[in-house]
Amino acid sequence: MTLALEAVALRKRYGRTWALSDFSVSLPVGRVAALVGPNGAGKSTLLQLAVGLLRPSAGDIRVMGWSPRAHSQQVLPRVGFLAQDVPLFRGFSISDMLQVGRRLNPRWDQATATTRLQRLGISLSRSVGHLSGGQRAQVALAIALAKRPEFLLLDEPLASLDPLARHEFLKELMEAASTDGLTVLLSSHVIADLERVCDHLLLVNAGRLQVAGEIDDLMARHALLVGPQVEPDVVIPGVEVIKSLRNIRQTSLWVRAQRDDFRVPAGWQIRDLSLEEIVVAYLGNPDANAFPAPSLEGIAG
Amino acid sequence: MTPIDFHLNPRSGISYNTQLIQQVRQAIRFGRLRPGDQLPSVREVVSRVAVNPNTVLKAYRDLEHSGLVVTKTGIGTFVAESAPSPVDPNRYESLRKDLAKWVVSARRAGMDDPTIMDLVELVLREMSKRGVA
Repeated sequence: MTLALEAVALRKRYGRTWALSDFSVSLPVGRVAALVGPNGAGKSTLLQLAVGLLRPSAGDIRVMGWSPRAHSQQVLPRVGFLAQDVPLFRGFSISDMLQVGRRLNPRWDQATATTRLQRLGISLSRSVGHLSGGQRAQVALAIALAKRPEFLLLDEPLASLDPLARHEFLKELMEAASTDGLTVLLSSHVIADLERVCDHLLLVNAGRLQVAGEIDDLMARHALLVGPQVEPDVVIPGVEVIKSLRNIRQTSLWVRAQRDDFRVPAGWQIRDLSLEEIVVAYLGNPDANAFPAPSLEGIAG
Repeated sequence: MTPIDFHLNPRSGISYNTQLIQQVRQAIRFGRLRPGDQLPSVREVVSRVAVNPNTVLKAYRDLEHSGLVVTKTGIGTFVAESAPSPVDPNRYESLRKDLAKWVVSARRAGMDDPTIMDLVELVLREMSKRGVA
């Protein structure tokens, strides 16, 4: 299994604060992965380490199999990065920006970038400083994609966009993702959007990876159980409790289980959880973890 | 021109994969999709409704497993020649009227809507167990 991103015991310190501590992850190629977590959890730090803008304090990070700093010439041509503040030169026109991109990138695909922007009705002669937030994000995406990256990393690309601009941006992003082999890692707080466009989740909390896996699999393995009031230490065979809520009559349990592995106890109801409910349950309980079981492929490889 | 446009509802509680499958099934049932019609490519679908490409791939694969569509490698996905024929609109209307009468009698018997839905589901499950077509 080829990995787009792999980190082992990765640490990053800013002064006396650990932004990432003992962070390990493996993201296979071809995924559209959501990077989720509270502000300050280490999401931006991880993305900047992946594209070599930051140097790890300890541990190892590899992108497409290479160290982003030691082997930048193997990594940088193959990755695209959209930073949080969409850094475009405000005084430049869009065609100036494309010109810069063409000079800097050997695999530059000018035709796709111009077609994409024309289809969106964004004139190349316009100055970057006069674009709306949605248009600026689209221009930045078009430039990142014109590099023909194999791995596209986006830091909060949806944060400043209105609902329509967000939808238009995600349409473009999904069209790019449907091209063979492009791996996408995007950080965002808009979980409803992520549930729609992502197939993989990386949940970061306080500098560590708390949950990782295929979203379909995570949704199938989590549920809400509601039943009578029970003692806090009651154990239902086959389930692990992530979060619980009790009152004098009722117990609510956010649980992880294989649906077939356990029987819903008599007097209890079960319902599915949304991705957002799963994320919130884990964030409220930093001791709970969920990682995919090692696959046969992983053991053999 | 594609013969089907997908609409995804994030609040329906139904997975996007299932919504796509249901919309193709309904379009076939109502004759909007006919045998030989080409479904939009994965790329076309994701660029219109902003959904994960694998979700569309999976939905098309499930439809193929149920024999409703066939995928011709390198060409596209098509409604299968063996896909069920559309429901006759007159027949549909008369079934709808029969059901409405039944619902009236169920309400008279004191059944509320969730109880009615439970009963419909129960009967459907019983009949599929017995192998009644």
